[in-house]
Amino acid sequence: MDTLGTDLWTLGVIAGLTVITVVARSFFFLSDRSWPMPGWAQRGLQYAPIAALSAVVVPEVFTLQGAWIDTWQDARLFAASAGAAAFFWRRNVLLTIVAGMSVYLPLHLGLGW
Amino acid sequence: MRPIFCVDVRCSRASDSRRFEVFFHPALHRHPAFFQGLRTLAPQAPGIAAWGLMTGVAMVKAGMSPFEAVAMTLLVFAGSAQLAATPLMVAGAPAWVILATAFCVNLRFVVFSLHLREYLMHLPRWRRLWHGYLCGDISYVLFVRRYPHPGRSADERLEQEAWLAGNYGLNWLSWIGASLLGVMLANFIPTAWGLGFAGILCLLAIGCSLASSRLRVLAAMTSGVVAVLAYGLPLKLNIVVAIAMAVLVSLSAERLRSARAFRRG
Repeated sequence: MDTLGTDLWTLGVIAGLTVITVVARSFFFLSDRSWPMPGWAQRGLQYAPIAALSAVVVPEVFTLQGAWIDTWQDARLFAASAGAAAFFWRRNVLLTIVAGMSVYLPLHLGLGW
Repeated sequence: MRPIFCVDVRCSRASDSRRFEVFFHPALHRHPAFFQGLRTLAPQAPGIAAWGLMTGVAMVKAGMSPFEAVAMTLLVFAGSAQLAATPLMVAGAPAWVILATAFCVNLRFVVFSLHLREYLMHLPRWRRLWHGYLCGDISYVLFVRRYPHPGRSADERLEQEAWLAGNYGLNWLSWIGASLLGVMLANFIPTAWGLGFAGILCLLAIGCSLASSRLRVLAAMTSGVVAVLAYGLPLKLNIVVAIAMAVLVSLSAERLRSARAFRRG
């Protein structure tokens, strides 16, 4: 295991994550039976995905280890804004990355923000 | 082995029904719809590859060994969940928190599966699971755009299945190839460049693509603020709390709005 740079715990988690992918993507056709679901749960489901992404992204853009940043001189702010603007312009993931990174890299590497 | 193609007229072809069938099933990849599906994905392939490349780089940059990153790429096959799980794994968070986080990030697929159910339920379970596992965001969106209604005859259903397989087949190739390249190149790219931020930009793009209503934007804002305010919680529980709060707030706002509309008559 050491020669591979891993351990059983990590491999177990990776196997678990694989099961999560299958279960999440096949959730409503795992079983042959129909899945009755209360209406509020069905409506709630549509808010969970964007909430999950936001919960991961916002701390990565607006905080340093969980503390709100206290300066506007942070490359991540401008990169995320440029990325979001590019996305709403063309609805394209690649363009979002290219626009965001072409703002991020000069500010981060050039100005040290 | 149980014949897999029994709902279909091609059941008479015993050689097909006995094979170990997944998405490379001959009845699918020989179908003309397979290449139509593949061609529909082609314009998206560079974007998927860039995203995959950065996911490969980001996993290694976050502290995973190349072996682990390759295993993640080949098995987990879920970019946003991989990116969300990687820092938790490196930090040694409890396994259930990592799996719960990944499931929450994957919840959009739960919604997609409710939609895809009517297209796939005629298939045996193992075949459904293979299709589900391999059908990522973009394939789902393109598929339901191409086929707004499930097939009514066996031929229509086979065509749809073939189209879907061609579409996610190319998606799989672009994603996996680029991710493995990213894992290889990661050590030649200094951490100080901060290229891992590209992974966050990918998540941002998917988030923006989901921001289709004001209540969803409200959910995103609630979740983001709560995730920061609750950052001090152990086990990265801030993410779970943030999602729960966002769903609660959005459902309440929804109810408030419909109550107001009802009063207005």
